[in-house]
Formats: sequence, C-alpha cells, structure tokens
Amino acid sequence: MIKILKYSCYDLLRSRWSYVYFAFYLLLGIVLLFLNNDLSKAVITLMNVIIILVPLIGTIFGVMYYYNSKEFTELLLAQPVKRSSIFLGQYLGVALSLSMSLIIGLGVPFIFYGIFRSSAIWDFSLLLITGTFLTLIFTALAFNIALYNENKIKGFGYAILLWLFMAVIYDGIFLMSLIAFEEYPLDTFSLVGTMVNPIDLSRVLILLKLDISALLGYTGALFQKFFGTNFGIVVSSVMLLLWVLVPTLLIKRKAGKKDF
Amino acid sequence: MNFFRLHNISLIIFLLSSTVYSQVIEVCKSCDISTIKEGILQAEDHDTLLIKKGTYKEYNIDVNKPLTLLGEDFPVIDGELKGEIIKVTADNVTLDGLFIINVGTSYTEDYAAVRVIRSKNFLIQNLVLEKLFFGIYLEKSSDGRVYHNKIIGDAEEEYNSGNGIQLWYSQNIEVDKNIVTHVRDGIYLEFSNFCKITNNISSHNIRYGLHFMFSNDDLYERNTFQNNGAGVAVMFSKKIEMYHNIFKDNWGSASFGVLLKEINDSEIIGNIFESNTIGINIEGSNRINYKNNDFINNGWAIKSRGACYANHFINNNFMYNSFDLAYNSKLNDNKFESNYWSNYTGYDLDKDGVGDVPYRPVKLFSYVVNRTPEAIILLRSLFIDIIDFSEKVSPVFTPDNLLDAKPKMKMIAHD
Repeated sequence: MIKILKYSCYDLLRSRWSYVYFAFYLLLGIVLLFLNNDLSKAVITLMNVIIILVPLIGTIFGVMYYYNSKEFTELLLAQPVKRSSIFLGQYLGVALSLSMSLIIGLGVPFIFYGIFRSSAIWDFSLLLITGTFLTLIFTALAFNIALYNENKIKGFGYAILLWLFMAVIYDGIFLMSLIAFEEYPLDTFSLVGTMVNPIDLSRVLILLKLDISALLGYTGALFQKFFGTNFGIVVSSVMLLLWVLVPTLLIKRKAGKKDF
Repeated sequence: MNFFRLHNISLIIFLLSSTVYSQVIEVCKSCDISTIKEGILQAEDHDTLLIKKGTYKEYNIDVNKPLTLLGEDFPVIDGELKGEIIKVTADNVTLDGLFIINVGTSYTEDYAAVRVIRSKNFLIQNLVLEKLFFGIYLEKSSDGRVYHNKIIGDAEEEYNSGNGIQLWYSQNIEVDKNIVTHVRDGIYLEFSNFCKITNNISSHNIRYGLHFMFSNDDLYERNTFQNNGAGVAVMFSKKIEMYHNIFKDNWGSASFGVLLKEINDSEIIGNIFESNTIGINIEGSNRINYKNNDFINNGWAIKSRGACYANHFINNNFMYNSFDLAYNSKLNDNKFESNYWSNYTGYDLDKDGVGDVPYRPVKLFSYVVNRTPEAIILLRSLFIDIIDFSEKVSPVFTPDNLLDAKPKMKMIAHD
C-alpha cells in the first residue's frame, strides 16, 4: 500500500495541477497578508476560502484522478496486490498531496509574515487542520462516487452535486427548518445540524476560535459552552474523524466487491 | 471712644481670622488631636484639617462645617467594614488626598465611602477608595466637583455591590478625570441634570460603565468605557451630549457599547465604538444626531429595536462590523447619509469621492437573525452570502428606503 501511495503521490506531485493548486494558495496567502496587514482578518478571509474551495477541489480532484488512472488501476489489479491497498493507497496519495499543497502553500507566506511570533498561530493551525480534514473527507467521498459510477459524466455530476449540497443547499435547508420551527427550542437542533455537516462544523469551529464567538449572543453562549470545552472539542474531532473513516471503509468495501 | 475702636479692631481681626486666615489643624497619631472626628469637633468654619500619614480607624465621620480635609501622603481611613466612612452635610467642603478603605456592606442601606448630602460647592479630589460598597455618593447636592479620584472595587456579584460614583438628585456637578474599576456601575446618575462627566475611565465593572436615568441636559465627553459587564446604559433622558467617548471591548451575550432607551433630542458625536457585541442598541429614541463616530469591529454596529424616528446618521465610519445595522421594522424614518461603509462594493465613476450606487446597510441575514436568533450559527456561510446578495439586488424584507444614497468611498478622517 505504501508503494502505491508513494507512486500516486509522486505522480500527482509531478502533475501540473498540484503546482497550480499550490501556487494558488501561495498567491492567496501573500495577497491576503500584504493587502490586509491584519493577521486575524486574513485568517477570517482564508476561512471563507477554505470551507468553500477545499471541499470543491477535493471532490473534483478525487473523481478526476480515479477516472484518469483507471487503466493503470486495472493493470495493477492483475498483479498480486491486495485490492484494498491499491485503492486506499491511491486515495491517500491524492488526499495527502492535496493537503500538502494546502499546508505548504498557505504556510510559507504566513511563516514569512511571522506567524510564530503572533497570537494568531492557534487560529491559523486550526485553519490548516480543518482544511486537511476537509480534504481527506471530500476526497474519500469523491472516490466513493467514482467507484459506484462507471459513467464519468454521471460521476462528475454527482461529485458537483455533493459539493453543492454540503456547501450551499444544506445550509439553506438548515435555515429554512430553523425559521419554520422558530417557536420551538432550537438549541440542540442547531447544534446537531452543525455537527452533521463537516463544512458547517469546520466553519463554526473556526468562528468560535476567532473573536466573533461572543457575537453569537445568548444562543452563542450555548455553542461557546459546547464547542469551547474539551468535551465539545473531542466530540467535534470524533465527528470529523468519523467523516474520514466511514467513507474510507466504504471505499475498502466497495473496492473489495467491485467487478472490473 | 477708645474702647469702641479697640472693640472694632478686634472684631475685624476675628472676622479675618475666621474667613481669610483660617486655621490649620494638624491631625496625627502623636498630635494633640489624634482622630479626624475630634479634629472636626475642634475646628471652626473654613479651617483646614491637615491629616498626616497614618491609619485612622474611624467611620461615620460627619463633616458638618465648611472645612477642608487635606491628607498628607495619603493617610488611610479604615472603616473596618462597619458602615459609612465620611458624610458631608455642610456646604463648601473640600476633601483632598485621602485613602479610604473598608466600607461596610449592607443590604438595607447604601453605605458609601464618601456621601455628600444636600451640600453645595464641594470639592472631592485625589481620593483613593478601595474595598468599598458605594464609592462617592452625591445626594441632593449641587455645584460640586469630583476630580481625579481612583476607585477600585472588588465587586463580584450585582446584588451585593455598589456603584463607584453615584449622583442622585444632584445638579451642576462636574465629574472629571476619575478612574473607576471593579464596582457594580462605574458612574451612575439618577435625576441629575446639567452635569458634566468628562475624561473619566470606567472599566471592568460588573454591570455598566456608565448608567443614567431621568438625567437631562448632561454632557459626557472624552470618557473611556472599556470591558464592562454590559457596557453603558442610558435611559429615559433628554438633551444628552456625548462627545469623543470611547466604548470598547464590551463582549458578551447581553453586552452593548451603548444601550439607548427612550433618549430624545441628543447629540452623539465623535465617539469610537470598538469591538463590542453591539455598538449601539437603540430603543425608542428619537431625534438623535450621530455624527463623526467610528464603529469598528463590532458584532452589530447599530441595532435598532423599533420606535426610533428622525435619527440622523451622518459622516460615520462603519468598519469591519459583522452587521452594520439590524432593523426590525418595515418603516424607516431615519436618515443615513455620507457615511463610510467598509462593506460597500459600489463604484465611483465621476471620482467625486461619493459612491454612485446607494448602500443598503441592512442585510437579509440580520433580519433573519432578529427573528430566529439560532440562525446566527450560519454566519459566514456561502448560502447566507448568496441570499444577502439577492436581497441587496432587490430588497423584499428590508425597508426599501433604508439606504445611504451618498456612501463615501474612503474612510472619513475625524479630528
């Protein structure tokens, strides 16, 4: 598995798209820092970018990579290699190279700016951690979609739909139901609703770390109490981990059964 | 004849000595007069009590003559938690340079470190108050000055703590350059008109930095209110002038920079509202001019809760607030003009420094959050940005005429 992981990784690192992705983050970081001059403002803007773009790129890249390397995968399948290690290796290869682009691309300008001497270091690391988690989650979901759909067009369609649902439609439904049930106590509901969607969870985690937490008003006090404590952090991390593990296990299961 | 002359001279000398050449009475542990109470008893009108360095364990000191109590090197007056410490009941009293500690706490009486009752022309300056219940309490007094005092409380709960400087039915008082921290309300005014509250710093108080009710024609200038439990609350008053104050760091679920309730015909000019959950919370306040203020980094810059008419917002800077304005009614009678909004995305083709497209400060999301507070959890989500954008293009839920027709393109430099 390590060998396949390494191969996928190198393959991707040599490809143009990784560089474009890396360069994009590098540029973003530099522009934000030197136009803004305010570290915590830059972190907020970055958050907006990360919770929207990272899932999108993870999904599209994952689906694309699977379909592109399909012939090579079939070749590998003819060899005496375990199926799960082929697919998991490929998945991890894609996810890790994407995460590396993200971390290095954003990290370099921030290090030059002096993040280590700034109090925003924790906000920034949280940003990178959630970014990495989102990459892992959405690449795994993308691999699932690709494994379940032989048809490329369909696969891409579903992938885009998945992203659209998680990033936009889910919040719409969430907001609608909040308004529809405004007569009822909504504290627990809104907590659960946020926990279930990894994009929302990441957003709220970052928002609470920034000063905006107090803005959340008396309802915010509840969120602050939940996410601010160790228990809340553990639950959120478990939730994010589940979002990584469940799709990964699904990849393994589907890959084991699938006819090629 | 001779006798009469002599009598006249002695009368003149007597008058001079009592008014102009007043006596200085020294109070110290080793002097003839070793307590302040005794000193007051011995003193004639207009004398000065020079209180030397030391600790005086006294309480219920009644200053009932026009005296000057002057401390040398901050003598300590320790009330031993037994009750009120200094009570002023005469006119023309000066208190200067004393260190007053350990005021008693009571649930039936408002014990104060210094209480002034029905007096005129008093001067309270350079006092340091610690471990207090109420600090300086002015009751039905007028024409006085409270200058350069430092009040450091240790309040933890609202119900068993008092206010730093309290004015009750007092007129024409100047409160200048005081520092008040860790009490319930830093500065509190009730039924007090024509007062000037200037250059004070009120911070870390558990309730309000400044609190006033039914106090008209007052001036608040260049004060700093920072990190107070609920910010500043001003209610039921008219003709208030607030100039160049700083309201800062009032974070919390029910915290405001300023809460205005039933304030009419007032001027709020040149103030800075920075990093508050709500910059100004307005309720039932009419005909107020907001000019040249800076709203920076607040959750809500302005939250209008209704019944606010004919207010003018002119030449303010609204910078990096999560919401510039929350407005909960469809009717708008307030005027926004020539403000700078950091969230403005319009353009200025004729380069006159004024944006060509009007700015709408109320976002749809702030309307939604007003209705359903839990929805705040969706703050900064992509979906919210999309609905905000569509509302901006064609307003449906927010008042159609609530807009700044002449938004400035660049930040307005004040002062």
